[in-house]
Amino acid sequence: MTRRTILMPSAALIKEFEAVVGKDNVFTSEADRQSYSYDSAVLDAVVPALVVRPTTTEQLGKVVRLCNENGNPITVRGAGTNLSGGTIPDPREGIVILTNSLSRIIEINEEDLYAVVEPGVVTAKFAAEVAKRGLFYPPDPGSQAVSTLGGNVAENAGGLRGLKYGVTKDYVMGIEFFDVNGGLVKTGSRTVKCVTGYNLAGLMVASEGTLGVFSQITLKLVPPPQASKAMMAVFDDVNKASEAVAGIIASHVVPCTLEFMDQATIRYVDDFTKAGLPRDAQAILLIEVDGHPGQVADDADKVEKVLNKVGATEIKVAKDAAEKFKLWEARRNALPALARAKPTTVLEDATVPRSKIPAMVKAINDIAAKYNISIGTFGHAGDGNLHPTILCDRRDKHEFERVEHAVDEIFDMALSLHGTLSGEHGIGMAKSKWMEKETSKATIEFSRNMKRAIDPKYILNPGKIIGA
Amino acid sequence: MADLTKLAKLLQELDDQMVGCMKCGMCQAVCPVFAETMKEADVTRGKIALLENLAKEMIHDAAGVQEKLNKCLLCGSCGANCPSGVKVMDIFLRARVIVNTYMGLSPVKKAILRGMLTKPALFNALLDLGSKFQGIFTTKVDDLLGSSCSKVLSPVIGDRHFVGLAKESLHSKIKALDTPAGKSGKRVAFFPGCLGDKMFVSVAEACLKVFEHHGVGVYMPEGQACCGIPAISSGDRVAYDKLVKINLDLFSKGNFDYLVTPCATCTATIKEIWPKLMEDYPGPMRDQIRVLHDKVMDVNQFVVDVLGVKPEAPAKGGVKVTFHDSCHMKKSLGVTSQPRALIGMNPKYELVEMAECDRCCGSGGSFNLYHYDLSKQIGERKRDNILATGAQVVSTGCPACMLQMTDMLSQHGAKVAVKHSIELYADSLR
Repeated sequence: MTRRTILMPSAALIKEFEAVVGKDNVFTSEADRQSYSYDSAVLDAVVPALVVRPTTTEQLGKVVRLCNENGNPITVRGAGTNLSGGTIPDPREGIVILTNSLSRIIEINEEDLYAVVEPGVVTAKFAAEVAKRGLFYPPDPGSQAVSTLGGNVAENAGGLRGLKYGVTKDYVMGIEFFDVNGGLVKTGSRTVKCVTGYNLAGLMVASEGTLGVFSQITLKLVPPPQASKAMMAVFDDVNKASEAVAGIIASHVVPCTLEFMDQATIRYVDDFTKAGLPRDAQAILLIEVDGHPGQVADDADKVEKVLNKVGATEIKVAKDAAEKFKLWEARRNALPALARAKPTTVLEDATVPRSKIPAMVKAINDIAAKYNISIGTFGHAGDGNLHPTILCDRRDKHEFERVEHAVDEIFDMALSLHGTLSGEHGIGMAKSKWMEKETSKATIEFSRNMKRAIDPKYILNPGKIIGA
Repeated sequence: MADLTKLAKLLQELDDQMVGCMKCGMCQAVCPVFAETMKEADVTRGKIALLENLAKEMIHDAAGVQEKLNKCLLCGSCGANCPSGVKVMDIFLRARVIVNTYMGLSPVKKAILRGMLTKPALFNALLDLGSKFQGIFTTKVDDLLGSSCSKVLSPVIGDRHFVGLAKESLHSKIKALDTPAGKSGKRVAFFPGCLGDKMFVSVAEACLKVFEHHGVGVYMPEGQACCGIPAISSGDRVAYDKLVKINLDLFSKGNFDYLVTPCATCTATIKEIWPKLMEDYPGPMRDQIRVLHDKVMDVNQFVVDVLGVKPEAPAKGGVKVTFHDSCHMKKSLGVTSQPRALIGMNPKYELVEMAECDRCCGSGGSFNLYHYDLSKQIGERKRDNILATGAQVVSTGCPACMLQMTDMLSQHGAKVAVKHSIELYADSLR
C-alpha cells in the first residue's frame, strides 16, 4: 500500500471547521486521519487531510460550503463498508465528512407508510425500529448491521430480497441534499405520487456522493409478509439450477429470496462448518417464498414441482423456524467460509440476466483455471447478481497480478452476456475504467458535463464513477 | 526514524494474523467502545489498520497508535462476530506487549505490576493492611451493594462507588486447603483469583461450600499469584511471565482433576492466553500449561457439567434476578446455560433475562482506570438494561463485572444487589 504525504489544511481553516462543529468533531491527529483512509474495497488507502463530523444537518450544510469555498474535495462516509472504493478520500487535501452523528430517525409514519431519516441511521437499526411498529423496510444489503441509509442510497444498495422487493431505489420517496454551496435542495415528497420538478431524488440514488450531500431521506415502508417458507435444492448441473430459476419465474412465483452457491463455495462452507453439505453437488439453490399463508403454501408447492421436474437431486423443505434457520446456515456462512480460506477476499458483483447464470458460472470457473486462482461464486440467482469471490493473498504480487487480469476478464464476460459491471457494490474507483465499455463515450461526457455544472470545482467525491 | 523501524520490525510478526482482516467493518456493530465514541480508530478495523501502518512505517505518531490500542476493553465481541475469523485478541495482546514495551510502561504501572503483583506475599500483606485502614478514608453509600465512595481519595479514584477490600481476605481466613475427594470422587484445585480472595470473599466461600456439599476434595495452595491478565493487558510481559511461573510452580505440585475458578477472566486467561503466549517458555513449562489448559474450568460449568447439577424446571415466583453474561464467560469460554441453571436451582429466585445480556459492562479491567468516563457510559447502558427488568438482584460469573455493576447501580441509588451465580446456588444448599 502506498500513501502520499498529505498537507494539512491551514490552522485558520481548521479553526473555521471547529467553529461550526466543535473542536471534538474535527479530527486532525495522524492516527485518526489514517483510520479513515480505506473502506472495504481491496484498493490502496488515501489519508484524508482532515475528518469532520457534523452533529446537525445545519452544520453539515456549512461544512460543505466551507469545503467548496476552500476547494477541498469531500468524501462523505457512513460506516465505510463500500466495496468499490467510494469512500476512499481524495489525495488532494481531501476532507472526510462523517455522517454517523447524523443518526436520527425523524419520523416513522404508520398511516402513510413512510419514514424520514438522517443519512447516518444504521440500516439494521432502522429496519428493527420499523418492524417494532409492524411495518417492513425490505432492502437488506450484506453489511446492513453497520451500513448507513445514506450510504445505501448513495450506492443504491441491494441485498437478498431484490427479486421480489426491489432494491434501495425502489424505497426512496424523497431526498433533501446540500449542493456545493451549502444550499438545501428538496426533491420528492411524502406522497406516493409526485411529479413536481425533475426527479432529482432519482438522480441522487447511486450517485456515490458525486452530486450532492444528503441531509434527509424519505423512505417507503410496506406491510410485512405474514408467512414464509424456505427450501433448499441440490443440483448435479448448474444448468439445471438455472432451469429451476427460470421455471419458478415462469410458474408465476416470485420468491423473496432465491440464492445460489456454486460447488467451490459449497466445499468451502462445508470445510468451515462441517455441516455435511453435498460436496459433489454443482449448485445449491436456497429459495424462500413469503406472503399470505395460503399463497405461501401454493407457491411452495409450485416451486417444489419445478424443482422435481428439472431434476434436483435433493430437496429439503423447512417445517418450522428452527429448520429454516438451519437451512439458511450454509448461505449465511458463504462469505465467512470464503473469507477464512485465504488472507485477501476480493468480492465482486458482476451481474447478468438470470438466464445467463450457467454461462457466467462456467466462464468464471474457466477464468479461475486459466489464472490458477481460487474463486467461489455465490449470489442472488433470482436477479442474476453473482458474487464471484476471489481468494488470494495480496502480499503475493504475482498472484495479485493474475487476480487483476481475472477481474478484467470477469467484467468482459459479464458485458458480453449483456450484463452489468455492478449489481449492488457501485462503480467507485474500482470499476470506473470500465464505465465507457458498458455504456458509451457520450454517456461519460454527458455525466461529466452534468457534474461540471453542478460541481464546478469538482470537490464532490472526485474520481468516483466517471473518473477524474 | 531508526527507532520506528525497529518497532515496525517487531510488529511485522503480527502481519500474518492482521492480513486476514478484510476491512469489512462488521466489528462496528458490536464494539461497546465504538458505540460510545463512533470513531473508527476506536474499533477493531481501525486499530488493525493503524498497527499495519505502524508495521509498514507509514505512520510516525507511534504514541497516537499506542493510545488507540490501549483504548479497548479486550471484551472479544469483535472477534466473536468477525466474518473472516481474525484472531483479534491474539493480535491486540501481542501488539500491546510490543508497543507498550517499546514505548515504555508508566512508572506507576511498573511499580504496581512488577513491584507488587509479582510478589504475592507482599501484595497480600499490603492489602491486608489496607483493609484495616480503608474505613478512615471512605464513606459507605449502599449497604445492600456494600459500596463506598471517598472524598479523600477522589483525585485518584474519581467519584467511583467501589467495593472495598474485604474485612478479612480469604487467605487470612483459610491459609491453605488440601482435602481428599469425597462422594463425588473429584478433587479440584481452587483458584479464587485476586478479587475472590480480597474483595468478594463471599464468592470464594460460596465455592468452598458447594465443593463441600458435593463431596469435592480441594487443593488450595498458599501464595497464589494473580493470573497475569492485568500485566499482559498493560503489555507488561516481564510481570506476566513471573506471575505465570509462580502459579505453575504452585499448581504443578498438586493432584487434582480440575482447576476451578469463580472468575471468568482468570479462567479465560489460564485456558486461552497462557497457551497462546508460551512459545518462548522451556518445554516443561509448556507441558504444565497444556495440562492446566485442559483442567481449568469455570465454577458454574464445573458444577453443572461435571457434578451434574441441573434444575428439573427453573424456579418461578421468587425474587427476580437477571443475569449478565460476562465477556470472558460467553465469548471466550462459551459458558452461558450453566450459571442460569444454577440460578434455577434456588427456589427463592426467578430468572428474568435483560436486553443485551451479553453486552460488555464496560469494566475491561484496567480500561476502567484509564478511561473511566467511557467505561461509565458503557456501564450505564448495562445498568439501564438491568433496571428495565425490575429485578432486585443482578447475577454474573465474573467478579470484575460485579465491581463495575456495583459502581453503576450504587451511583444511581438503585436498590439492586449484585451476586455471583455460585452465591445464589450456594444459598440454596443446607
